[in-house]
Amino acid sequence: MHNFEFVKPSTVADAVKAMAGSGAQALSGGQTLLPTMKARLAAPAVLVSLTGVAEMKGVCMGDDGLSVGAATTHATVAAEARKSFAGLANLANGIGDPAVRNRGTIGGSLANNDPAACYPSAVLAAGATVHTNMRKIAADDYFQGMFTTALKEGEIITSVTFPVPHKSAYVKFNQPASRFALTGVFVAKFANGVRVAVTGASNNGVFRWKEAEAALSANFAAGAVAGLVVSPKDMINDLHGTAAYRANLVKVLTKRAVDAAS
Amino acid sequence: MPKDGIGASTVRREDIRFLTGKGRYTADINLRGQAYAVFLRSDVAHGRINDIDTKAAMAMPGVLAIMTGADFAAMGGNPAGWHIPSRDGSAMKEPKRPVLAHGKVRHVGDAYAIVVAETLEQARDAAEAVVTDITELPAIVDMAQAIANSDNRVHDEIANNVCFDWGWIEDNRAAVDAAFASAPHVTTLELTNNRLAPNAMETRASIGDYDSGTEDYKLYTTSQNPHLSRLLIAAFVMGIPENKLTVVAPDVGGGFGSKIYHYGEEAAVLAASKAIDRPVKWVADRSEAFLSDAHGRDHVTKIQLATDKQGNFLALRTETMANVGAYLSNFSTATPTFLHGTLMAGPYKTPLVYVNVKAVFTNTAPVDAYRGAGRPEATYSIERVVDKAAHELGIDPLEIRRRNFIQPDQYPYTTPVGLVYDTGNYNATLDKLIDIGDLAGFEKRAAASKAKGKLRGLGLSTWIEACGIAPSNLVGVLGARVGLYDAATVRVNATGNISVMTGAHSHGQGHETVFPQVVADMLGIPASSIDIVHGDTSKIPFGMGSYGSRSLAVCGTAIVKATEKIIAKGKKIAAHMLEAAESDITFADGKFSVAGTDKAKTFGEIAFSAYVPHNYPLETLEPGLEETAFYDPANFTYPAGAYACEVEVDPETGQVTIEKFTCADDFGNVINPMIVAGQVHGGVAQGIGQALLENVAYDDNGQLLSGSFMDYAMPRADDLPFYTVDHSCNTPCTHNPLGVKGCGEAGAIGTPPAVVNAVVNALQRGGHKHVTHLEMPVSPSRVWAAMQG
Repeated sequence: MHNFEFVKPSTVADAVKAMAGSGAQALSGGQTLLPTMKARLAAPAVLVSLTGVAEMKGVCMGDDGLSVGAATTHATVAAEARKSFAGLANLANGIGDPAVRNRGTIGGSLANNDPAACYPSAVLAAGATVHTNMRKIAADDYFQGMFTTALKEGEIITSVTFPVPHKSAYVKFNQPASRFALTGVFVAKFANGVRVAVTGASNNGVFRWKEAEAALSANFAAGAVAGLVVSPKDMINDLHGTAAYRANLVKVLTKRAVDAAS
Repeated sequence: MPKDGIGASTVRREDIRFLTGKGRYTADINLRGQAYAVFLRSDVAHGRINDIDTKAAMAMPGVLAIMTGADFAAMGGNPAGWHIPSRDGSAMKEPKRPVLAHGKVRHVGDAYAIVVAETLEQARDAAEAVVTDITELPAIVDMAQAIANSDNRVHDEIANNVCFDWGWIEDNRAAVDAAFASAPHVTTLELTNNRLAPNAMETRASIGDYDSGTEDYKLYTTSQNPHLSRLLIAAFVMGIPENKLTVVAPDVGGGFGSKIYHYGEEAAVLAASKAIDRPVKWVADRSEAFLSDAHGRDHVTKIQLATDKQGNFLALRTETMANVGAYLSNFSTATPTFLHGTLMAGPYKTPLVYVNVKAVFTNTAPVDAYRGAGRPEATYSIERVVDKAAHELGIDPLEIRRRNFIQPDQYPYTTPVGLVYDTGNYNATLDKLIDIGDLAGFEKRAAASKAKGKLRGLGLSTWIEACGIAPSNLVGVLGARVGLYDAATVRVNATGNISVMTGAHSHGQGHETVFPQVVADMLGIPASSIDIVHGDTSKIPFGMGSYGSRSLAVCGTAIVKATEKIIAKGKKIAAHMLEAAESDITFADGKFSVAGTDKAKTFGEIAFSAYVPHNYPLETLEPGLEETAFYDPANFTYPAGAYACEVEVDPETGQVTIEKFTCADDFGNVINPMIVAGQVHGGVAQGIGQALLENVAYDDNGQLLSGSFMDYAMPRADDLPFYTVDHSCNTPCTHNPLGVKGCGEAGAIGTPPAVVNAVVNALQRGGHKHVTHLEMPVSPSRVWAAMQG
């Protein structure tokens, strides 16, 4: 690891100021960034820790839905969203291991947008809103491909607001080594329709499976997607699974998520 | 008899220090004035080194020395330990393996420079400032292409990249081919034995400590065999007089074969220590381990089994390409040949067997022995083709095995591939397996799986292995360049407690517990008064270390022989003290007695007398009570067993889960049943890892795709079932005094075919009749693809 400066602001305003400095890099739970720095693959000049910003932490229910501070750990979401949004709590409870869940945060996950991360599927399936120090970004506009988001240089996610579905579930199939999602599917049933978001499978990152959404909006049952075909085009093909295999998982996991939805 | 002698499941005494953080591994050792080393490693698989500019790096803060391949060019190469001639009688190709790459880099991770600085971070900073100019050359990764393409060479002087083309036994080839030509049925299977990364929990680490006052070198290193490492470094690589080099292998956190070998980093830290006259320490990180530890397996094999219509085996032949990687690691030539070809008879009375192995250089990390070493590859090939033959012939897999077993009255049994099995009873272990694995209940369990929407399969493997490779004079004729004996010194202290210095090295096996049990049993004293000293060449006799499940069978026997000498000398001392004839002295339960009388001296009294020889036959007997024995076995030992694996397959995802795993093993006599069970558990876990999860993968450019635990799938607790293990079907080894055979590698050998046979069986039972083979690791993606047809 190379040397770096470390600052830990206590307000979003101070964090934004610190992020304006040359070579500044936001640090939340550090579950991706710190291993990368230890491997000398990243060497930011200044780390701006966001975990001391009280206004970026916590889970609370508001008029727009469930609001989760960006610096809230997976463990906290798993515990505090359990009654209000079990699908999200279950997802958070399945990320990594206890050490990861006690450090990693939703904001860090969304800012990094790893194509195999779990959280992006919940954000996209729920049609959540990503709040930053500058603006509000709709989930459908936020995710722009592998490790790519709508965030601008220096922009900080402050919270995420989730409309709470009537029913939801996340089912993932573990990549055997990393236990990230080889493919993961989040199904969210709202009064006005169903949204289905898929992570881990596509070369373009998290995406909505619109055909399944239509079929499930008409009939929220696992059998409703049985006749659909998922194209392996643009699916990830790697050591752990072919594109065709991932396409199969999209369908299988969608069915299982519908069955599991509560 | 002491209650903690032979047969007692004594708790492992070393675990207390390991579990409470009191272990002392190489990385825990810090010497006064120590500097830190990092290695520069190639990031291309194949390239010509044009220039290594170290000027800027040398000027960085704290930098003490930078040495490159050029600085070691005059030193010797790290040798291959076994010469394997080709079928045409020509010598194998042995390119020099330098301490650091010079001229060319030959695999990603090939070390070409060492940077030494005051701190680790300074060394890392300086390493980044070294400017290396390498012209990348096309990578040679695929073995078939390596052989086919004579223009692209890992070593410029070796056309076709073939190290040797070995036939075993070449004189039998014509007869084997003739048997195939007339056989009623031939089963053919092409399969890959996947490349594995050993992944000992402790990565490799070395500290070089040169003393300019005495001109002595000391190396602390992660070794399974410190004397062998010393010999290789002293006599072959660095030219240091052996008496001026001490090698210490302290606590070592797992080896699995990967720490048998001498690696260039060890010589580099010694040379760097001399250059700066300070100790130099290097500890590999996990990425370096993946890139530079010797990998295991990596065979591509075509195997054929000729049978009659009743499934009697008539002949077996194989053609294998064995990847040796970019350089010959110390036992890389023995592993695919004498540890693999000689096992191809398995437990069966196949009358004719022929094995052909081509060893192939590629631009990948060296490949060498890994838990099982050649025998898992042999067992996998045999047990898969036997299952396929049973399927083709419509014979129960259990029945076809039984029909072809060597029978208990046939020992000693000479196989057509050069081994003489001394003893065994394969029917007994199979019967035990059927019983304890409740094979009769399989269909009931399969029905329950089906009710859950899962496909259940049952896979068998009846395996044999050869442990404690020996004898030295025979292996010498076959090309070995080392002896394969071991040694022990039993030092009885004046107060009657004992230190046993062993050539064997314990890096997880439990020697510190088991070896005292043997001595305690022989001397009739508590095991707790006996300690084992191992791992330091300045303290232990010249033994060959631990690998190949040899420690108890070979070094344990040396301990027995040395202890017998102690007893013999004790009788002489007792005869003098008791004023009796030596022939009248008996020794039992820790007492030397005059036969037929109540006159006796305890072991402790004899020991004291040996060191305070006031009443002692000094004219005819030396004082002291310390004996050394070297033991060179007359034969291998032949553990064998029968394994059953039951899996469930999720037909929608191809996910395989192991629901039941049963082992019935014959290890000969067992000293500590708990440790034996633990060894089997660990070996089975590694076998399941190979079968379902683990895979070292390089892309076409020779880049390592599985370079971290993010992509290299190690088995975790929840990937593994509870095991049922049994080792009560003992046929004691006939040629060592303990009657022991070795158990360390069994699980890794017997397991992979049992797992794959079970998955194939599950798919066939589930209606996927076309599936006759699946490559390891049997990943969900592969299983699903197979089910799609």
